[in-house]
Amino acid sequence: MRTILFIIQKEFLQVFRNKSMLPIIFILPIVQLIILVNAATYEMKNIRVSVVDLDLSGTSRKLVSKFQGSPFYLLKNSSFSYKEAENKMKQGKIDMILQIPMGFEKKLLTESHANVQFVINAINGQSAGLTNAYSTMILLDYNREVLIENANPSMLGGLRSIQTDYSYWYNPKLNYKTYMVPGILVLLVTIIGLLLSGMNIVREMEIGTIEQINVTPINKIQFIAGKLIPFWIIGMFELAFGLSVGKLLFNIPMEGNLGLIFLSASVYLFVILSFGLLISTITHTQQQAMLVSFFFMVVFILMSGLFTSIESMPKWAQNLDRLNPVMYFIKIMRMVLLKGSGFADISPHFWSLVVYAGCSLSLAILRYRKVS
Amino acid sequence: MSDITVHVEHLTKKYGETLALDDISFDVGKGELFGFIGPDGAGKTTLFRLLTTLLLADTGTGSVAGFDLVKDYKNIRNISGYMPGKFSLYQDLTVEENLKFFATIFGTTIHENYDLIKNIYQQIEPFKNRKAGKLSGGMKQKLALSCAMIHKPEVLFLDEPTTGVDAVSRLEFWEMLKRLKDAGITILVSTPYMDEASLCDRVALMQNGRIMTISTPGQVIRNYPLSLLSVKSSDIYHLLGELRDYPGVHSVYAFGQSAHVAFSAQKIEPEALSEFLKKKKHESVEITRIDATIEDCFMELMNSPE
Repeated sequence: MRTILFIIQKEFLQVFRNKSMLPIIFILPIVQLIILVNAATYEMKNIRVSVVDLDLSGTSRKLVSKFQGSPFYLLKNSSFSYKEAENKMKQGKIDMILQIPMGFEKKLLTESHANVQFVINAINGQSAGLTNAYSTMILLDYNREVLIENANPSMLGGLRSIQTDYSYWYNPKLNYKTYMVPGILVLLVTIIGLLLSGMNIVREMEIGTIEQINVTPINKIQFIAGKLIPFWIIGMFELAFGLSVGKLLFNIPMEGNLGLIFLSASVYLFVILSFGLLISTITHTQQQAMLVSFFFMVVFILMSGLFTSIESMPKWAQNLDRLNPVMYFIKIMRMVLLKGSGFADISPHFWSLVVYAGCSLSLAILRYRKVS
Repeated sequence: MSDITVHVEHLTKKYGETLALDDISFDVGKGELFGFIGPDGAGKTTLFRLLTTLLLADTGTGSVAGFDLVKDYKNIRNISGYMPGKFSLYQDLTVEENLKFFATIFGTTIHENYDLIKNIYQQIEPFKNRKAGKLSGGMKQKLALSCAMIHKPEVLFLDEPTTGVDAVSRLEFWEMLKRLKDAGITILVSTPYMDEASLCDRVALMQNGRIMTISTPGQVIRNYPLSLLSVKSSDIYHLLGELRDYPGVHSVYAFGQSAHVAFSAQKIEPEALSEFLKKKKHESVEITRIDATIEDCFMELMNSPE
């Protein structure tokens, strides 16, 4: 036990002597939270629109002003030539063309229906879908107004419609940041944990110090414990620090029990650290370890549900994702922080992490050998 | 036999197809300073890694201080000090932190065994707050030796401790080894420098994973079967080739500025050789009769069939 303490002490000495380490621990979380949370957003803002209004009637102008009034749209230019608008789209200067055909108002009044056209740049399918949805909403809204305006009062009573009222739960203002911050924090803990542990043992191999350690009476368990515990402490600290930054900068909700977060984090860190250790034992240089960690990190993070919803992945991918520890922890973080879930709610994810931690830790211990 | 500290029988180690150690057997007595002399690739490092239980042999057995290399590897790690050829202490820790760390993991303190390392450590103590990576080569060596000694080992394994160290530091280092030996510690040291062989009690000359001979340095030289002449000339390049054609010459090697010529015949006539070389238009020819060095013996052993 005393030996473990000495190794931990030595590890901390080395970590804090490393000049790049302190900035990584303290600045990385702030920068990541500020940049990623503000930049990685799905809210569509500033959709650049070109209007081709060939009707130029009161009705068409009203429709255009509806788009202008929306915070999502930016009216870039208007012209009478569809060709010109299309060229602008090709140059990437606009995202959407709103074309109102000639005789739009007349047709609406006489035939009681008329057409407009949206042309949307769909290189990014997701944003195109959102643009379409927003535009359709605006059009529907406009439709209702037209309907009311042109109907005679006697008819109004007979007009039946179903009103939908909705309220958004757990994130009432649909604040994207509230959704992102817990996920970004997981990302942070993962990067720090995986890189620190993945690089560490392999670094000792690279500079040869492992030779000197191996001829000492230190045993495997002591050595691995001495390696894991310091990074575990740093990881936990990093999470606490990140949560504080999230609270101060973004005022993220903390509905649930923070103890639950840290309990899950303590298990999660063991998964990540022993994963890093495992990488350390199968690689020979820091560069290899870095590449292998990077590979796993990219796959884990992209499939973690941080950016895209897991439910919309194909079935096989969802099954594969059961092997993804990042996914479990992001779920737990969001559930506890946003919903205020209790232990019973997160227990399936929690126990999955426990099993994962057990497996990867024993694998790492088995793989690590003092005798080559 | 209690006076034998290291005992090795028929050790063999292969790396893939390469035979690194080929049927090695030897004994090292208690308190002996035992040298392994051989060029790079002779198998010295592999042998040391086997003895320090960092590697497992393919076949053969061995023991250190009576502990089996395989079964009792934990005991061996407790009683042996190892200094690998490559400096392998923590470069980002200071001199003192390194020493303290290795003392603590052996369950001891610097204070407890200070006497043992005092002579060595005193020389680097003024720099004890300097990071190990920032030390000079000689100081690194002293620190590594101090760290290998801090737990008062019975056996020291020093793998090429003087490689890359200047001549003065090398001499100093051997002085330190002598003192440790006097303190009763068994020392196994490997080196590619032939001139260091004479500083050991006994030496094993190694080549291609085999031990060619084990003996005291004096005996190795006495066993040299040939007569030697040192020949100098202004044209050393042609000299080597022409000497090989001279009747009775066994072998010729370049040796710094001169050539060492070994004759298998006992009776040699330097005058006749001098005449021969003058005919070949060599100028300022100098011929001296010399005694063999370890290097001459090594060359001879290397080329003689078993």
